[in-house]
Amino acid sequence: MEFIKPGTKINFVGFRRLAFFLSGLVVAASIISIVLHGGLNYGIDFAGGTLVQVKFKEPTLVESIKNQLAPIGLDRSLVQRFGEKRENEYLIRVERSVSDLETLSLEIAEALQRGYGKDGVEIRRTEMVGAKVGKDLRKKGILAIIYAMIGILIYITWRFEFIFALGAIVALAHDVMITVGAFSITDKEFTLPIVAAILTIIGYSLNDTIVVYDRIRENRRKMRREPFGRIVNASINETLGRTLLTSLTTLIVVVILFIFGGGVIHDFAFALMVGILVGTYSSVFVASPIILAWQERK
Amino acid sequence: MTLLITAAALIYLAPSVVGEIRGFLGKILPQDKIHLGLDLQGGMHLVLEVEAQKAVESYVERIRGDLKEDLKRKRIYAHRIETINGDQLSLEVLGEKGRFDEFIENNYPILEEINAQDQGKYFKVILGMNKKQAEYLKRYAVDQALETIRNRVDQFGVAEPDISPQGTDRILIQLPGVKDPQRAIRLIGRTALLEFKLLDEEYGVQEALKGNVPEEDMILYQRREDPKTGSVSRVPFLLKKKTLMTGEVLKDAQVRFDDFNQPYVALEFDPRGAKMFDRITAANVKKRLAIILDDNVYSAPVIQERISGGRAQITGAFTLDEARDLAIVLRAGALPAPVKILENRSVGPSLGKDLIDKGLKSVIIGGILVVLFMMVYYKLSGAIADVALILNLILIMGALAGLRATLTLPGIAGIILTIGMAVDANVLIFERIREELRLGKTTRAAVDGGYSKAFLTIMDANVTTLIAAVVLFQFGTGPVKGFAVTLSIGIVASLFTALFVSRAIFDVLLTKGMLRRVSI
Repeated sequence: MEFIKPGTKINFVGFRRLAFFLSGLVVAASIISIVLHGGLNYGIDFAGGTLVQVKFKEPTLVESIKNQLAPIGLDRSLVQRFGEKRENEYLIRVERSVSDLETLSLEIAEALQRGYGKDGVEIRRTEMVGAKVGKDLRKKGILAIIYAMIGILIYITWRFEFIFALGAIVALAHDVMITVGAFSITDKEFTLPIVAAILTIIGYSLNDTIVVYDRIRENRRKMRREPFGRIVNASINETLGRTLLTSLTTLIVVVILFIFGGGVIHDFAFALMVGILVGTYSSVFVASPIILAWQERK
Repeated sequence: MTLLITAAALIYLAPSVVGEIRGFLGKILPQDKIHLGLDLQGGMHLVLEVEAQKAVESYVERIRGDLKEDLKRKRIYAHRIETINGDQLSLEVLGEKGRFDEFIENNYPILEEINAQDQGKYFKVILGMNKKQAEYLKRYAVDQALETIRNRVDQFGVAEPDISPQGTDRILIQLPGVKDPQRAIRLIGRTALLEFKLLDEEYGVQEALKGNVPEEDMILYQRREDPKTGSVSRVPFLLKKKTLMTGEVLKDAQVRFDDFNQPYVALEFDPRGAKMFDRITAANVKKRLAIILDDNVYSAPVIQERISGGRAQITGAFTLDEARDLAIVLRAGALPAPVKILENRSVGPSLGKDLIDKGLKSVIIGGILVVLFMMVYYKLSGAIADVALILNLILIMGALAGLRATLTLPGIAGIILTIGMAVDANVLIFERIREELRLGKTTRAAVDGGYSKAFLTIMDANVTTLIAAVVLFQFGTGPVKGFAVTLSIGIVASLFTALFVSRAIFDVLLTKGMLRRVSI
């Protein structure tokens, strides 16, 4: 079986102006969304606060949970269903403005047990992160992404050329921006595991990019007479089968994770799904054409 | 070599699958099971900050009392000895300043003069603690807090706790399998400073509450909870500021039951404490002595007679658990400074089980789909890649057990991701082999060419992913670190299985002549 027949010659580099325009548009949309939302919707990992995950024996409603929390002054906290409906699980999140975080989760537990009975409610998870720790983690997260990019820049420069590394980094920045943007547009919470997902996307998208680069390097030796544009195009076409196949197998497992992984993993898998799609696109339409655009300018 | 490594992985994996290995084999084979992270097995992750500055402040407060008495004894006249800015002393020295300076230098070398102003009638002097000394005190406070918390956790009884310092003033505590996280927090986070102070019975509490607290007195409360309604009331006590004794001189604390089967905590002092308690009770018969823990008055019994046996008790309306925990913190000693909880994550055991089930389900479904897909797309070669893939999973699990790494929920996600990516190396190789075949090479030459041409690509592509994984490991806390670990192990394992294992299978099939043409 073959998805891409040998000898396929799609003129990818010919689309590069359109691709650059499209990418620019989506990246711009991401940035605008983040600005309009007033920054990312940070989870408690980064913003600080308290999160309690509770499971009820009987089905209940967000409103009645809030009513139970009213006596302790928490009726305005964020209550949302978690996972599937039949599981009766809810997340209660309290913002950092509440001063005494240390005993908050205990108060929430007691308030709910008064309303639903001791056996009617199970506290499955509590997380409390101080504002100071949240700030630390935010800084560390950004640093981690920057360090990963620098490490990759150095490695590719060593293995290929600096301009290749630059193309890869632009493609990576593109992938990261769009994934982060997708979180902003869907108003999903940005948490610690999402940073892990983004770093994975960086590694993954690079994987694709390098396979194409590797082919360009090889074809440059074989096709010395040909213009650079044709070398790039031939390389992308020759590796297209593999690019699609690997993306597909990875996508299969990520979709499975998205469906079966459960609450915490759900958003993580969502980030990977977006990242893999965007990453595959960028290694074909962004990373290599950028090198070409650079060469043409000279 | 391939067989050797696979066997090693299986041996390391065995304890996780079949449980404990008994008898002779149990002695020579590794027994480490795959270590589950707190998010999977349930438990508690705490980050505490030791407020070390408070240790310095309470030290300065203690010096203030001593200094006052010493100066009086030496007939150096000083007024208004007060603590300011938390850790400095301000005082007004009358008469010869030289004598005062000499006295401080000889008797309180840890104090330094920060400022001195000649106000005509007196010198206004501000003293501060020597910087080096303050630093030492802070470091000591953190070390001591670590030790004390370790003691408390040990006595509380948690299997495999991990308590370690983080940075300069933080403590990381991991308690797997804790069922009642709130109780654990109360046990770990409480300062547990036990103090004995006399009541000031010459002066009315009501008068003091109006704001007229005598200079050497203070007001503390007793917290009373009605066991039926749960309502809390606070009873005020007017106490002398001077602490007569602290929990430092305790030798032991045990839970006992009174005649009504009500638990109380029996205290036993060490010889020094017994002597102090003897002296205090002898001098204050018929007066009331308050027993105070963390600024909460537990009881204030009347001293009926001199007590010389070195024993006392703390009563209160305790539940058995409360009395037990109180005895533990008293035995383990007080924290030298209060701690603040910066981060607290606790997961109940049932949630962890759910997550493992869902994770396993995802691994199995994802794995089967990928395996089937490879067989359809690459036929026999795909099946070979599948063997490599399954081996890959075994290697990852074996490595996790062997390296005593921790499997977390994101770690499971990492494994699933590796399944998807592990086929990549094989895909690269197979696509190359197809190209070689199209050029009209023999099967043997095509396989050789495919592997050697794909080698560099595979290396380059995986090294960059590895860079991201290593950065992730450096940056990450608990769960994220778990992801980085499985991802890194997965990358190395997939390199090995693709470049050596599937290659070896091809070689065997080709040389034995079982395979004339590769179906790919």
